[in-house]
Amino acid sequence: MTDVPAGSAMAQADAASRTVPATRTRPQKPLRLKWLVPTLYIIFLMLPIYWLVNMSFKTTNEILSGISFYPANFTTDSYVEILTNPVWYWGYINSITYVVLNTILSVCVALPAAYAFSRYRFLGDKHLFFWLLTNRMAPPAVFALPFLQLYSSVGLFDTPFAVALAHCLFNIPLAVWILEGFMSGVPKEIDETAYIDGYSFPKFFVKIFMPLIASGIGVTMFFCFMFSWVEMLLAKTLTSVQAQPIAGVMTRTASSSGYELGLLAAAGVLTIIPGAIVIYFVRNYIAKGFALGRV
Amino acid sequence: MLELKTVSKRIGEATHIDSVSMTMEPGSLNVLLGPTLSGKTSLMRLMAGLDRPTDGEVWVDGVNVTGLPVQKRDVAMVYQQFINYPAMTVYDNIASPMRIAKKRKAEIDNTVERVATLLQLKPYLKRLPLELSGGQQQRTALARALAKNAKLVLLDEPLANLDYKLREELRAELPRIFTQSGAVFVYATAEPEEALLLGGRTATLHEGRVTQFDDTVRLYRSPADLVTARTFSDPPLNVIGAVKQGDQFRAAGLALRVPDKFKNLFDGPYTIAFRPHHLSLASEASDNTISLQISVTEITGSESFLHATIGGEDWVVLEHGVHDPAPGTTVNVAPKLDQMLVFDRLGEAITPSTLQRAA
Repeated sequence: MTDVPAGSAMAQADAASRTVPATRTRPQKPLRLKWLVPTLYIIFLMLPIYWLVNMSFKTTNEILSGISFYPANFTTDSYVEILTNPVWYWGYINSITYVVLNTILSVCVALPAAYAFSRYRFLGDKHLFFWLLTNRMAPPAVFALPFLQLYSSVGLFDTPFAVALAHCLFNIPLAVWILEGFMSGVPKEIDETAYIDGYSFPKFFVKIFMPLIASGIGVTMFFCFMFSWVEMLLAKTLTSVQAQPIAGVMTRTASSSGYELGLLAAAGVLTIIPGAIVIYFVRNYIAKGFALGRV
Repeated sequence: MLELKTVSKRIGEATHIDSVSMTMEPGSLNVLLGPTLSGKTSLMRLMAGLDRPTDGEVWVDGVNVTGLPVQKRDVAMVYQQFINYPAMTVYDNIASPMRIAKKRKAEIDNTVERVATLLQLKPYLKRLPLELSGGQQQRTALARALAKNAKLVLLDEPLANLDYKLREELRAELPRIFTQSGAVFVYATAEPEEALLLGGRTATLHEGRVTQFDDTVRLYRSPADLVTARTFSDPPLNVIGAVKQGDQFRAAGLALRVPDKFKNLFDGPYTIAFRPHHLSLASEASDNTISLQISVTEITGSESFLHATIGGEDWVVLEHGVHDPAPGTTVNVAPKLDQMLVFDRLGEAITPSTLQRAA
């Protein structure tokens, strides 16, 4: 079965290609509405964000006076207020401080843990690995009170460290799970080849292994950043004045002199921006991160 | 010199390596031959020091290195999968063991240059391994092993994942390159043909035991037992239980003249075996032919593999040229009687020399 069937297959293919123009001549009904669904999707997606940006450039009076699709009196007063008033901009600095602290802490702790889970078999490893994830299933409110009492007694209350440490409860398990997935994608033989070549474990880990899972580390940092950035309950409970996060500042300002909606909207816009920047950098790896590195 | 002294490796209940003792000289080529799961890789990992033996000792140049971490051993290893450091260029990959050993820059440059020329990698030194073809990736791994200039070089089926032409080229090159360096060179393969092409000495592995360790050609010609003969035969060895009565070996559907060299053998039950290429088709039945019922025929072009069953054993006849008897037909096969292998009931080979010793 060599030449003859192949030849006949080719002849059939030729015949098929000759018939193609005949079928193409029938005029197809053009689909004029195919833009509709994506357009609606984007409108619904962007509307809340547009509304927020829209509000942030209005005065509070205009916002309350009725519906308007663009600012009648364009003003950047709200942004000026936020960027000049220390109460406001310290909210951002505090938030970013504990988020960055937490991200670094989580990744540093999770890297060796994930390596152990990915490379070694030990008593109860699978149970321990699953137990880690169950930490994420408990609502933060459960831990708010014990954390508050503990941190008050050791003098950590109202510092960025308090929030950064508290957020580790959720972020370290997540980081271990994501990193373990990425690490298990690296063949064990690479580790062994490095040892045979003479690399010590720390040198191998930093010089050979970490570059291989760099995208995994990036995605992990992104997830830690996002969860810590949006978490509000623990952040507000564990701080009062000195280390107040931006979410805390926003709720307080809202209740002080009526509703300063323009100011709140501007704060909201500024809160979205860091997340958007971080997402931009890891956009190609997020899907793999959501699958905990197991794609 | 590498010595294994009754080395065993058990994981849980399973025995991976069962009391292996071997001595390998510097500058020697040693082939580990055995089917998948026979323990080739396990044995290599013990030699390298990646695993610690459950029992026994590993000695290198008269020093006991059992339990010494692999970083402190002078070893290079290449895996069947193409293992390189993906984040480093080919140059850095080859240079990495020398950098760890803190060699001088000029020396590293020279060695990388020499090794890359030898393995035809020079145009690719600035590329990343994943940008290369499989063959080039494996050559990068080999170059790294070569550049390390280790006393013990372990190659674990390094050519199994390469295409035919490249495999031929590298198979001829590798032993020459590595044995020149005076290293103990260990090469694992599942293919008997590859062992013969490489030469040197061969150890046949079966279920974690080294059944025989000898000069490759001598091992092929006169295996010490049935297991070794079966391991070192591709296509599979044709085996049948037969009873020696006077000057004939008899079994169901088979009566063969006893070759001269086995004349002094006592009458009784034995296992006789022929390699597939020692059987050839005969035009008609006569004395000393075997009639076989064909079940399947495979044709490669220049050779035909005729599969048949006799006395419950699967037999293969390797015949030159294209032969295509229909399944179910009976053919007559003439064995080369003087190439017959004879084993006693325990599977030990019987050779003229063992007969002399017995007598």
